Amino acid sequence: MSTPLRLKELSKKADLLTGGHRLCAGCGAPIAIRQVLLAAEVPLVASNATGCLEVSTTIYPYTAWKIPWIHTAFENAAATISGVEAMYKALKKKGRVDRKIKFIAFGGDGGTYDIGFQSLSGAMERRHDIVYICYDNGAYMNTGIQRSSATPLGANTTTCPAGSVIHGKQQPRKNLTKIMAAHNIPYAAQASPAHWRDLMTKVRKALDVDGPAFINILAPCNRGWRTPTHNAVELCRIAADTCFWPLYEYENGRLTINYKPKEKKPVTEFLKTQGRFKHLFSPDSQDLLKQAQENVDREWENLLREEACWREEAETKGEG
Amino acid sequence: MGKKLAITGNQAVAEAMKQINPDVCAAYPITPSTEIMQRFASFVSDGVVDTELVTVESEHSAMSACIGASAAGGRVMTATSSQGLALMWEMLHIAAGMRLPIAMALVNRALSAPINIHGDHSDGMGSRDCSWIQIYSENAQEAYDNIFQAVRIAEHEEIRLPAMVCMDGFIISHSIESMEFLPDEVVRDFIGEFKPTNPLLDVDKPVTYGPLVLPDYYIEFKKAQHEAIKRAKKVTLDVAKEFEKVSGRSYGLFESYRLDDAEIAIVVLNSAAGTAKDVVDAFRDKGIKVGLLKPRLFRPFPYEEVADALGSARVIGVFDRADSFGGFGPMYMEIASAMIASGSSPVMINRIYGLGGRDFMPEDAEAVIKELVEIADTGKATTLKEYIGVRE
Repeated sequence: MSTPLRLKELSKKADLLTGGHRLCAGCGAPIAIRQVLLAAEVPLVASNATGCLEVSTTIYPYTAWKIPWIHTAFENAAATISGVEAMYKALKKKGRVDRKIKFIAFGGDGGTYDIGFQSLSGAMERRHDIVYICYDNGAYMNTGIQRSSATPLGANTTTCPAGSVIHGKQQPRKNLTKIMAAHNIPYAAQASPAHWRDLMTKVRKALDVDGPAFINILAPCNRGWRTPTHNAVELCRIAADTCFWPLYEYENGRLTINYKPKEKKPVTEFLKTQGRFKHLFSPDSQDLLKQAQENVDREWENLLREEACWREEAETKGEG
Repeated sequence: MGKKLAITGNQAVAEAMKQINPDVCAAYPITPSTEIMQRFASFVSDGVVDTELVTVESEHSAMSACIGASAAGGRVMTATSSQGLALMWEMLHIAAGMRLPIAMALVNRALSAPINIHGDHSDGMGSRDCSWIQIYSENAQEAYDNIFQAVRIAEHEEIRLPAMVCMDGFIISHSIESMEFLPDEVVRDFIGEFKPTNPLLDVDKPVTYGPLVLPDYYIEFKKAQHEAIKRAKKVTLDVAKEFEKVSGRSYGLFESYRLDDAEIAIVVLNSAAGTAKDVVDAFRDKGIKVGLLKPRLFRPFPYEEVADALGSARVIGVFDRADSFGGFGPMYMEIASAMIASGSSPVMINRIYGLGGRDFMPEDAEAVIKELVEIADTGKATTLKEYIGVRE
């Protein structure tokens, strides 16, 4: 019987990422990761890509991890966990391991969308029984806020600075969650720590499937987003309410949108909370601001249309 | 006694891997090593081995998966060549730094550019500093025998470092020669059970692999690694002794060929040594005191023993099938280090040969030995480093 997803019961579970790690005050990543770990009801082994989460939780001779954990390099969290999972299968077959264990990989957006993209795609295609968790803060924050392919349109980073001629990042984000879903894996989802029960339900679904699963989690970074240290979760809520970060899941290819804001707020409500978008509110950046809203609208409408198609199909089948 | 068969180098290595039956193999195709994993894949498909084969999307992922699998707590093997090893380079250091006893067959091939698929030692020499134990093999028999010994050395509890067994691409990997196999049960007993240390799969004892180590501890890790690989010299000899008992074939840190009283010595690695030994015989027949040293254990390099074996030589010619552009060839640098550290000062020349699979002919060895004879007479070398067999 799994622990009910209620705060009272969950608060009694052991924390598998302990306090004392050295992630920044107000960082979104450990909130997301602790929710992931708290959702799991089976023993986990994790691999971690190089990045903030890795360097800040394992400064030798200390470790914040109470689960077996391995970090090898930046671009290969998925390949590394593939190997661990393959050994599990081998030893289980030979009777040298008898426990049920699940395998999880953590990577930031740089280690997932960019340098780790090939290794992630390969692991998904090979159908390893693994869950890949991307904590997406929208830039290479560990090295000092450089643009990644997850950086939103218009954002100011140290490698796409808001200058007098070029006003921040000129390209929209890569839609990685959709790309992962296009691998026809049993489970792919997008989540955020503000909707913690939704996030934890998704983690349980991901761990339950036999085969690869991917969850993309929004993780605010106050250093890179230029925000205060107290409102990471609130920022995640605004991201969902503006549909900048829609919450949805693909279960065996079928899309469900898990959160539909009663009133979809303009994306400026999200952008204005963060210093990285400050320059977009000057008169000469209006075009980028307009594009940003169009991009959000297009993605949201596409999601609604796709979900409606699935609903129609189910209804037709139901009638038949 | 095992059966005797005519077989290619790649087949011999695939056969060795079949007999080892590792828990996990992760590999990616690359010429000329492809055939090893291809043959192994059919052993998997036919249920001859019960290995989990992970057919990754790159060599970088191959080594990453090998590392994950090895840390999980089982026996892991792979094979590659050239660009594949180059792509693994980052992960080679990590496998060694984590002290994981992965065994790999490296079928030596030239590095791009220009692209070339044939045999030279640029790949192996390029990974010299990765803290892998490196064992070189003259022929298919040696490659086959070395694979078993590499597994034992790598997994030895005082070492726990990865090991690669090298053989020449095409010249050995694709040529058929007669060699002797060991019976399966002999291999099984010789290899023994894998003994995991701090496996990730022991979920009751969680361990952290690959933490961030800052200046307060990093150098201690590296010193420990240095001490561990140094111990591999003695373990290589111990394992060779044990191997001789079961196979009747004897191995050392290197092979000395007619070196005892040699005034002139040549140093030749891998397949070219076979060719050169015939030429040494021809000179010996003429009364010229020439001998050959064929290195086997390249990392750790047995400096004292090599210097001792070359002790009587006044002139040494070192052949390199790889170059350190702008420097001497990698083998020359080792031999020079060995001789200088021993206090002797022979005249030493370096000849770069056979890059990109250019044939090494008896005439090539003959020309260099003639040059060495001349140097021995005059005491002077005109060109220390030179390419041979180059079209002008």
